[in-house]
This record gives sequence, C-alpha cells and structure tokens, in this order.
Amino acid sequence: MILRGRVLVKGVAEGEAVVSRKRISFLGDIDPETGEVTDRNSDISGESVSGKILVFPGGRGSTVGSYIIYRMKKNSTAPLAIINDVSEPIIAVGAVIAEIPLMDSLRDDSGKRVDPSSVISSGDHVHVNSNEGWLNIER
Amino acid sequence: MYLTLDEERALEGEYGETVRKSMEILVALGKIYSADRLIEVESVQISGISYRNIGDPGIEWLESLNARVRVPTLINPAGMDIHRWQDMGITEEFARKQMRILNALKKIGAKPELTCTPYYILKPSKGDHLAWSESSAVIYANSVIGARTNREGGPSAIASALTGKTPRYGMHIRENRAPDVIVDVNLKLKSHEYSLLGYMIGEEVGDRIPLFIMKGRPSEEDMKSLGAGLASTGGIPMFHVKDVTPESNEFDMPKERMVVENLENPQGCEDPDLIAIGCPHLSGRELKKISNLLNRKVKKELWIFTSRYVRNRIPEVIRKIEMSGARVYTDTCMVVSPATERFGCVMVNSGKALCYLPKLSGLRVKFGSLEECVEEAMK
Repeated sequence: MILRGRVLVKGVAEGEAVVSRKRISFLGDIDPETGEVTDRNSDISGESVSGKILVFPGGRGSTVGSYIIYRMKKNSTAPLAIINDVSEPIIAVGAVIAEIPLMDSLRDDSGKRVDPSSVISSGDHVHVNSNEGWLNIER
Repeated sequence: MYLTLDEERALEGEYGETVRKSMEILVALGKIYSADRLIEVESVQISGISYRNIGDPGIEWLESLNARVRVPTLINPAGMDIHRWQDMGITEEFARKQMRILNALKKIGAKPELTCTPYYILKPSKGDHLAWSESSAVIYANSVIGARTNREGGPSAIASALTGKTPRYGMHIRENRAPDVIVDVNLKLKSHEYSLLGYMIGEEVGDRIPLFIMKGRPSEEDMKSLGAGLASTGGIPMFHVKDVTPESNEFDMPKERMVVENLENPQGCEDPDLIAIGCPHLSGRELKKISNLLNRKVKKELWIFTSRYVRNRIPEVIRKIEMSGARVYTDTCMVVSPATERFGCVMVNSGKALCYLPKLSGLRVKFGSLEECVEEAMK
C-alpha cells in the first residue's frame, strides 16, 4: 500500500516498522543509550526503536526531547525514520537536527486522511521516501 | 509556504550546513503551524541553556553549530552565576559543563547577557517581530510592549538568530492577539498580589488570552510578575489590561467573563531557610527599593537575582544591598539553578517561583510581599 504524506524532514529510509498508538516523549520514555522504550505505560514498552521506522501519533512533554533524538543519532540508537499522525515542534526540531526523515498528515490514494498507527503494524516492512513525500507498506 | 530565492538558497545549503538546518527547522515549524512565509525578526532570546535542563545531548548539539547570528541575540539565565558559582555551592563538574554551553553560544555570536528580562537591554518597540523563548519575557514583550513573538524553543530561537527570520504564525498575526475572556478583578491588588493572581488563574485561563479589568493601575513591574505567574501555570503568551497595555483597546470585548473576588495566600511552609527575590530578574527600580528596605544585617540567607547589565549600572545600590549580608547573583535564577536544592523552605514573592520551585527543586515555598521577604531575612 502506498500513502502520501507531508514532508517535514527530507530523506529516504527502509526498514521494519514499530508502531505505537500513544504520544511519545523522548525525554523519559526511551533510553537514548539503547533505543529501548522504557515507559511502562507505553504500548511498545520494552521494544527497541533503534534502526526501525518509528510510527506514533505525535510528541509530548519536554522540549529537551529534541536533543535526546540528536543524542540517539550520535549513539546509533535512533530510528531510521519517523512517521507521525500530526507532528509537533519537539519531534520536528529533533528530526531536523538529527537528520532523521519525518513525514506526517498521511493520505491514501483517494486523498483521505489516514491514521498511520492504524494502517501500519509493527513488523511491516516500510519504504519511506521523504524526498518525494510517499511511503510504501509491505506485509 | 512561500520562500524567497535567498531563503531557498539557504535551504539548499548554499550558506553552509548550520544555516541549512536552521532554515529547515523554521520551514518545518512553518508547515506545522500553517505559516504562509518567513518574516524578519529584530532580536532573539535563546532559552534551554541551563546544563541542568539540556544535559550532555544539548552541549553536543550547541558545539556542532558553525554560523554567526544575524540579529542581536541574548540568552536566558544559566544554572549559575558565571563568576560566583562556587559561592552558590555549584559543583565544579556542573560549572565546567555550563561554561561549555555558554562558550558554544558565544562562538555563534550571542551576547553573554543571561537574563529572563531581555527587554531591559534590547528595548523593543510596539509592532516589532521577535523570536524570544523565555515564557515570562515572551508574555511581557507581547502584552506590556506590544511587540510580537511566539514562545520559541531553544533550537528554533537559535535557528532564528542564525537566519534573522521566523515563520509568520501565532502571535505575529494581529487577529491571534485578540482577548478571549474578560477577567474582572474585584480587588485592589498590592504589588506581590499581581504575581499571585497570575499564578492562581493561569490554569483556569488555559490557552485563552485574558483581558483584565483592574481596580488600580499596575506598574510595569507588577505586569512583569503577573505575566510570569500566568505563563507558569497557564499556556498563554499574552494578556491585556484594559486601558493600560498598548493593544487593550484595539479589539472587540470578549463575551466570556470570569470574576476574581479574592486571592488565597498559599503557604507551603512556615520557617524559611532561604529568602529568594528576583523571579523574573529585578529592574533597577526594584533593587533600589530593596536597598532601602535593608536597614540592618540579614540573619538568614537572602539571595537576589538580576541581570549583569542592570547590576553593572547601579554599583552603589548593589554595594549597599550586599553590605547587609544579602547576595546579588546574576546570569542565573532560582528556578534554573540547582543551587537552591540544598534548602528546605524558601520564601519568595513570585508566583512563577511558587509554581516551579516545588516541581523542579523539591522545595516547600512560603509566599509574601517584597517587604515581608526582606523583613523575614532580617528577623
């Protein structure tokens, strides 16, 4: 399935999806040294976001989260790309400074808005082209 | 979003990698907030620079920057007085990291003026577009001065400093500055009660811009405290005071109305071991008032916070205050510095401190007027 989205940070990535239906704060919810989700209330608690296509509704919490995303990139524990339903400044700024492709506001081929956390499942193979603004989901 | 040819070039990397990323930040934020274009800013104030808040990841990013600021750029308070940190009980490890942050900012051309009251230095005018960060400075600039700024994050403020631009959305657009709710204050307020009022109704006001109808005429310092309190418990970047603030009569009166009949004085503790004044940083006028109130030696720790710029302009006043045994610290404040953590009960006259000291430093807080704070220190 091919979806189109709004490009916030350009780039191309391909990999396995890890999908949360909850908002994420990179400060506190994720261990930047390992990439593991440490927040016990998270629906992907214990999973790693490192080297994955991370899909979640949007960010929350402290603006320091932007710097944590940058640190994860330096540590090689960052996700390969981020897909949000609607992104906000903490995630967007973090993705820019860490050079992680970021898209949000996805639409299907009829032009209807779709929630990425519903149409993408953990384990799906996703090809993200955030230069041209589309992604391809393979099951 | 429309970009000029020059902005396109910056985004393509023609002015280097740091400027490219700065432009990318501004464009991403512009898309998120549906801005139509970028506009030029007169000045920038950068927050998120205390080592306590941004830690090692923040240092790494700041040290990676390789460009110069395009507009006057000041900095929010750091975690310590940059000269007298030992005096404050700051560890050497912390001081070293904090200085790395400040040196990285100096390298890009930011002025080492670390203050939450940049308006005492930059003196913006009504209608000026700014990219300031600190919540109490933002609300003061919009409300009391009539300048226009959103509340920027650390990296977005730096992006504006390095490009001289910000996306046009939010507070930069006139219609978004209209009041949403009337707040009728049926009380004659004393100075410190403006701060308490802001603290108490911030949450209730939420993200609606209030238009206060006051019994008396608040001073600029009263409105500084009101705004700081409001911005700490609420999310708003602006308020109006009818017939006092510059845009208060430029819009239709809102239909919604709240009434404030009384203010409760919240007391978290009785016997303070520290009295802290200067959140936000004090003006010269406020410091003179304190020096007049300090007519004998202090018996408890009294810490007073202002900007280095204001301190350096009134050396006699500062000398008189410090003769009493009180300390006047600059470059930092009670909210962002870890120095207050070793105390148990702190007395303040600030609604903003009342909000943050328990949350960030685990302190109990006693609230009183400026006069009561100074009296407590000498008791």
